[in-house]
Amino acid sequence: MAKHVRSARAVEKTRRVLVYVILSIISIIWVIPFLYLIFQSLSANANPGSFFPASGDWTLKNYGLLFSSTIAPFFRWWLNTFIIAAASAVLQTIFVLMTAYALSRLRFKGRQGIMKLILLLGMFPGFLGMVVIYMILRLFGLSGSVFSLIIVYVASSAMSYYIAKGFFDTIPKSLDEAVLIDGGNKNTVFWRVILPMSKPIIIYTVLVSFTGPWGDFMFASLLSQGASDMAQKTVAVGLKALLTTAPSAALPNPYGLFCAGAVFVSIPIMALFFWLQRYYVEGIAGGAVKG
Amino acid sequence: MTKIEYLSLSKGQRAIVRVAEGFKNFGLGFVGFFRKLPSKFTKMWMVILSPFYVLKDALINGNWITRANFLVCGFSQLFRKQIARGILYLLYEVVFFWFLFKIGVPNFAKLGTLGEFGPNATYLVFNATTQEFMPTFISTGDFSFNILLYSLITIVLMIIFVVLWFFSIRDAKLLQDSESVGKFSKNSDFVKDITGKSYQNVLLAIPMVGLLAFTIIPIIFMIIIGFTNYTSVHTDLFDWVGFKNYSNLFGGASDGANDIVQVFFKVLAWTLIWAFFATFTNYFLGMVVALLINKKGIKLKKLWRTVLITTIAVPQFVSLLLISQMFSGTGIVSRLFMDWGIIQPGFELLSDPLISKIIIIVVNMWVGIPYTMLICSGILMNIPEDLYESARIDGATPFKMYMKITLPYMLFITMPYLISQFVGNINNFNVIYLLTGGGPEFKLAGLTVPAQYGNVGQTDLLITWIYKICMNDQKDYASASVIGVLIFLVVAIFSFIFYGRSNSVKNEEDFQ
Repeated sequence: MAKHVRSARAVEKTRRVLVYVILSIISIIWVIPFLYLIFQSLSANANPGSFFPASGDWTLKNYGLLFSSTIAPFFRWWLNTFIIAAASAVLQTIFVLMTAYALSRLRFKGRQGIMKLILLLGMFPGFLGMVVIYMILRLFGLSGSVFSLIIVYVASSAMSYYIAKGFFDTIPKSLDEAVLIDGGNKNTVFWRVILPMSKPIIIYTVLVSFTGPWGDFMFASLLSQGASDMAQKTVAVGLKALLTTAPSAALPNPYGLFCAGAVFVSIPIMALFFWLQRYYVEGIAGGAVKG
Repeated sequence: MTKIEYLSLSKGQRAIVRVAEGFKNFGLGFVGFFRKLPSKFTKMWMVILSPFYVLKDALINGNWITRANFLVCGFSQLFRKQIARGILYLLYEVVFFWFLFKIGVPNFAKLGTLGEFGPNATYLVFNATTQEFMPTFISTGDFSFNILLYSLITIVLMIIFVVLWFFSIRDAKLLQDSESVGKFSKNSDFVKDITGKSYQNVLLAIPMVGLLAFTIIPIIFMIIIGFTNYTSVHTDLFDWVGFKNYSNLFGGASDGANDIVQVFFKVLAWTLIWAFFATFTNYFLGMVVALLINKKGIKLKKLWRTVLITTIAVPQFVSLLLISQMFSGTGIVSRLFMDWGIIQPGFELLSDPLISKIIIIVVNMWVGIPYTMLICSGILMNIPEDLYESARIDGATPFKMYMKITLPYMLFITMPYLISQFVGNINNFNVIYLLTGGGPEFKLAGLTVPAQYGNVGQTDLLITWIYKICMNDQKDYASASVIGVLIFLVVAIFSFIFYGRSNSVKNEEDFQ
C-alpha cells in the first residue's frame, strides 16, 4: 500500500514538472515578440534581422524623437487616440448597459424583434456601412476628425450588449420586485440597485470599449484617409505610416520609432489589465457564459 | 426506439442511429415549417390588420378632440393635460413635414434617373493668385449619391412618422375612453409612465437612434449601391443597372471581362477554412492552457497568466505588424530559418500560399489564446468540484474526466461565445490585412482578375477583399456591395444553423 502511494505521488510529481516545462515554453513564446519590440526600439539603425541591436547601436534616441519629431507628431496621435478611446469608453459603457438592462430585465413588445435585428445587423460586414458613413461624414465636412471617430464608435454600441445582458440575466428578479413594492420605480432599480451590483461587468465593458478604439486600425484608417493633416491621425494610422517611411535625416530609423511608439502605446493598456484583470475575468465569466 | 433499446446497441450502431435521427428531425422540422405556414400567415394578417381597426375605432367613436389627432399629432394630448407627450408628437410632425417638403420631395423626383447633367456652365471666378476673373467650369449637375441618401433618409423618417402618428391616435382614443369613465389624466402621469411601463423607451432611445443612423441606414444604402454603377468613373452621377453587378460576378460579364466567380469561390472557401481553424484552435488550445495553469499544485499561477496577458495589452495592430515584419524576407524568422538551413536564401515565407496560410493560423493562435485562456479559467473555477471527486473515486483517468466533465460543461456554457467567435472570424479584418495584406497573388491559368476587383490575393478573406475593392483606384463600391451581401448570406446561414441548436439562447431566463 505504502509503495503504491509513493508511486502515485511520483507520477503526480513528474506530471507537475511536465506542466512547468510546458508553461515555461509557452511563456517564452509569448514574451519573445514583446522583448523583440523593446530591443528594436533601442536601436539607432533599423536592424530587423537580429534580436539585439548591433553593438554600437544601443540608444534611447527613438524615445526622445517620439516627443520632438514634427514629421511624426507621436504625442498628438497619442492624445487624439486617448481622447477618442476615453470618450467612447464612457459613452459606450453607458449605452451598452442601458441596452443590456432593457433587453434583459424589461419585458415589452418588440424585445425579441430588437434582439433579432441586432443579431442580423452583426452579420453584415460592418466595414461596408463604414464606407457610407465616411461619405456621409464627408458630406458634412466631418471626416477625419477626432469627433467623427467618437461618433462612429459610440453609435454602434447597442450591438455589443450580449455579455452585459448575460450578466444581468443572472441577477434574481425578486430584487427588482422588492424595490418596486417599496415604492421605487424602474429608474431607481437600474441606477441604485442593479448597477452597484454589476461592478465586474461595468469594468469589463469600460475595458473593452477603451481598448477597442485604442487599437482599432480599420475604421481609423478609413475615416482619416481624407485628412492630409498628420496631426489628425490616430496612433494606429500614424504608426502604420511610419513602417512605410524611408529613413531620412529627420527620421533616421522609422522602424525603431515605430517600435518605441508601440511600447509607449502598450503601457497604459498593460497597466489597466494588470490592475483590473480580476474584474475582466469575473465580468466575462458572469456574462458571456451562462448555461 | 426506446432508451433501453438504444443503450443495448454497440457504439457504431449508436452512431448510425444518431445520424438517422438527425436526418429524421431535420426532415420533420422542414415539413413542420410548411405545415405551420398557413396559421403563420393568418397570424401575420391579424397583426397587419389590427392597427386599421384601431384607426377605424378612433375615427368613428372618437370625439372631435380625438379626431383632430389625425391631422395634428399630439393635439388631444395637449388638450388632455399630457403636455410633454403632446409637444413631442407635434415637434416630430413639424420636423418631418419640414424635411419632407424641403429635402424629401425634390430628391424623390429625381430618384428614377438618379439626377441629370447640368448645363455645361462656365462661370467667371475670381482667381486669387492671378488677381483677375478667370472662366472656370463648374458642375451644375446633380449628385446621385445625395439624391439616393436623402431619399432613403426621408423614407426612414416617413416610416417613423407613420408609426408615431398611429400611436398618437391610439393614445388619444385611450385618453378619451378613460375620461368617459371619469379617469382624467394628469401631467405627472408622463413621468410615471416613462419610469415604469415605458422605461425601455427611455433606455433604448439613444442607442437605437445611433443604430439606425450609423448602422441600419448605411447598410441599406450599401445594398442599394449594389444595383447602381457607382465607381470612381461615376462619382457624381451614376445610374441604376439592375442585377448587372451580380451577373458580372457570376459569369455573365458582357464586356468581355473574365468572370470572377472562380476567384469568389476560392476566397469563400479559404474564408470558411480560416474561420473554422481560427475559432477551434484558439478555443481548444486556450482551454488546455487554462487547465494547465489552473491545475492543482501548480505555483505562480498569477505569473503565468500575467505573461500571457502581456499580449492582450499590446494593441493588435502593433503585434501583427511586428510579426508580419518578423516573417518577411529580411525579418528575424526568415533569417533564422536560413541559418538553420530550413529554407533557401532568398525564399520569402509569405510568398508561398500554403505556408502563409499556416503562418496566419499560427499567429492567430498567438493573438487569441490569451483571451480564451482568461475566459476559460473564469469558467473552469465554476465547475462543481464534487463532479471530479466522484469521478476520481470511480477511477477515472484525467483524460476521461476532461472528455466527460470539463469539455461538455465548457461547450454547453460557451456555445454563444463560440458562435460569435466564428462569425467574428469570418469578418476578421485585422489579422489578414496586417499580416499578409492578402498576398500572395492568385495565379490561375487563363484568368486575370479585372482591375475593378482589386489585386485580390490567396490569403484574402471576403472582408479584406471588399476593403481592397473600395480602396483601390477604381473604387468599385457597387461590386464591393455585392460581395458584402454575399458575406451576409453566408454568415446568416451558418449562424442560424448554430443558434437554433444552442441551449443557452433558448433558456435565457433559467437563472433569473
